[in-house]
Amino acid sequence: MSALAQLLAVTAIHLRSLPQRLGSSAAAAIGVAGVVATMVAVLAIAEGFEAALSGSGARDTAIVLRSGSDTEMSSLLTLEDARVIADGPGVRHSPAGPLTSAELFVVVDVPKRSTGTAANVPLRGVEPAALQIRRDLRVVAGRAFEPGRNEILAGVGAAQQFADLEIGSTHRWSGTEWTVVGHFSSGGTLWESELWCDARVLQPLYRRGSTVQSVYVQLESPAGFAAFKDALTSDPRLDVKVMLEETYFAEQSEALHTVITSLGFFIATLMGVGAVFGAVNTMYSAVASRTREIATLRALGFGAGPVVVSVLAESTLIALAGGVAGGLAAQLAFDGYRTSTLNWSSFSQVTFAFDVTPALLALGVAWAIGMGLLGGLLPAWRAARLPVAQALREL
Amino acid sequence: MKLLPLVWRNFGRRKTRTAFTLLSIVVAFILFGYLSAIDVAFSFGVDILGADRLITYHKVSLVQLLPYSYQDRIAAIPGVKDVATAVWFGGVYQDPKNFIAQIAVEPERFLRVYDEFVLPAEQKRAWLEDRTGCIVGRKTAERFGFKIGDRIPIQGTFYRKSDGSSLWEVTVRGIYAGAKSGVDETQLFFHYKYLDEAREHSQGETGWFTLRIDDPERAADVARAVDTTFANSSYETKTSTEKAFVQGFANQLGNISAILEAVMLAVFFTILLVAGNTMAQSVRERTAELAVLKTLGFSDGAVLGFVLTESLLLSALGGALGLLVGWLLITVGGDPTGGLLAVFFFPATDVARGVLFVVLLGLASGVLPALQARRLAIPDALRRTGA
Repeated sequence: MSALAQLLAVTAIHLRSLPQRLGSSAAAAIGVAGVVATMVAVLAIAEGFEAALSGSGARDTAIVLRSGSDTEMSSLLTLEDARVIADGPGVRHSPAGPLTSAELFVVVDVPKRSTGTAANVPLRGVEPAALQIRRDLRVVAGRAFEPGRNEILAGVGAAQQFADLEIGSTHRWSGTEWTVVGHFSSGGTLWESELWCDARVLQPLYRRGSTVQSVYVQLESPAGFAAFKDALTSDPRLDVKVMLEETYFAEQSEALHTVITSLGFFIATLMGVGAVFGAVNTMYSAVASRTREIATLRALGFGAGPVVVSVLAESTLIALAGGVAGGLAAQLAFDGYRTSTLNWSSFSQVTFAFDVTPALLALGVAWAIGMGLLGGLLPAWRAARLPVAQALREL
Repeated sequence: MKLLPLVWRNFGRRKTRTAFTLLSIVVAFILFGYLSAIDVAFSFGVDILGADRLITYHKVSLVQLLPYSYQDRIAAIPGVKDVATAVWFGGVYQDPKNFIAQIAVEPERFLRVYDEFVLPAEQKRAWLEDRTGCIVGRKTAERFGFKIGDRIPIQGTFYRKSDGSSLWEVTVRGIYAGAKSGVDETQLFFHYKYLDEAREHSQGETGWFTLRIDDPERAADVARAVDTTFANSSYETKTSTEKAFVQGFANQLGNISAILEAVMLAVFFTILLVAGNTMAQSVRERTAELAVLKTLGFSDGAVLGFVLTESLLLSALGGALGLLVGWLLITVGGDPTGGLLAVFFFPATDVARGVLFVVLLGLASGVLPALQARRLAIPDALRRTGA
């Protein structure tokens, strides 16, 4: 008999006897499923958070901050700076003028729906071009704010996660009454977590005088960025830092992304070790219950190789079943689940959805197969080395 | 107990199975340790905060600044024993990845109000005397290798000096430790005066105030009195207990930690389930032997005790080892993100909870086989295995 035929025959015999060991096999599979579900769910948090931030950055949009600032929160520019920036080379123009928006970024306390306690919700004062610069932005309910009035256009993410942001509701911040007049969506990106208003009405309110914090600039093409950046950073009137929006948001998500992924992998590894031990026990008892059978096969002339492979196949199959179940469970339970958290770098809330990507599912299944192989290794080794004569005598 | 050596010998019968069962229990309880520590980390140690402290900040948001002059007015409010102010500096040490919370305070008031920060007397004196001096937490000092006398350059992001430079240098004058576990030992505190005199804008403004009050029972009254004092001014305030404040901050992180914990808890129990199942199985395999014991004259109760002792002993061994290793890893190894979680430890109450789970595991995995063993009719059991 060829080695391959041997292998297939032994594996088939082995797998067909699997239902006899359903209890312990199921326990091992559940262990693996738990590990994979946890890992996928935790990493889906990181993915979703990153997707919300990185999706926000366009490749032809630049953000200008004061040099030395990492975030809009800590930046400070004058309106004069903003005018110089708008005159920079390669800035796209619309009939109404340059597509630039000098913006203010402050944080207001709004109660979170789930807990009722105050959360730092970002309030962004923008210029009219802002809605054109963010191309995905659509007003989905109500209307945009009118220039000069204390009106709020709330992102759909913010409206869902925080209380009292329905159209028509009012808020009192620093002695001024604000009315929510509309909701906007932006394809799940960061902007949806924010409240928007006219920068000019926000300035006096926050005693910012005639300063702004950032200038968003839409360029004629991504290729024009280098020239635009060089022109601004070498301009003696300015002391600024110019970044592509894309790069800026990638940096913003880094801290939380690091915390979540490192915790996620750490926990998954620890849990994986526990699940492997469970699988080892299951496979040991599987081998033990088939001692005489395996010995008979060996006596008939089957090689050690096929026996090893059959045990590994069983443990891998059990783990694979667990892995697929765990991945699906995570997908069903968490994919698209919307939540919000504090973005540590801007000290304000970001709403985002868990994102169970195909890559994560593949990673989960790969992890499961790894656990199955590890779990089957020692028992397979034992099965292959069974002394035939003694094993036949057993029981 | 006479049967104890027999229990011990039974462990040795299938050494690999015993070893792996034991190891999975160990891993489960290490995981439990990390679960507890992560829970503490995401709640920012809210459980250990005293009830006699209030936080007063700008009503619109913590990020907005308040006039420094509020400090004296707050101190004059009845029920307020002491007050200290603080400003979030938010600078960068070398690289944004090296996150250190830098807070400008008035040292004497600060150390009075926050008495959980322990600083040797001579270091305290050195800090008070040096206007550009600072103190850092033990953990941060270890992480970056800061020693007393070191000069730490911090790049200001929001604050620049009036000469236009954004480089702020502080000298380490002391390294503080927490008076109890759970105190944040990662922050850097420097002089408010240094900041206020050198910064280009926001002079005379400060971040928030921490109030120490006479009577925790009257916290709500004092908080209301403070907020009323500044109502209708251009800087209205919001005052809450430090506990509520930190809890609110933890809530801002949202249900991420809750989800993380729920899933980990599920896995913890799954591993225990698998281990328990194996333990129960190993007893079932020995039905015939238990019958032999009964034949030899051991009472039903003795056999029940024998089986329970075995499962309890195994879970106690695994659990104790797991809790110990978990505690060591957490205490010595610190948090797995490499210092991003400010508070990370295994609280004693959770250790106690772990011990309870150990006992429950032993009972749960042993009780069914043990009851079966007690009910065992000798002839049936001997016949069933065909022995």
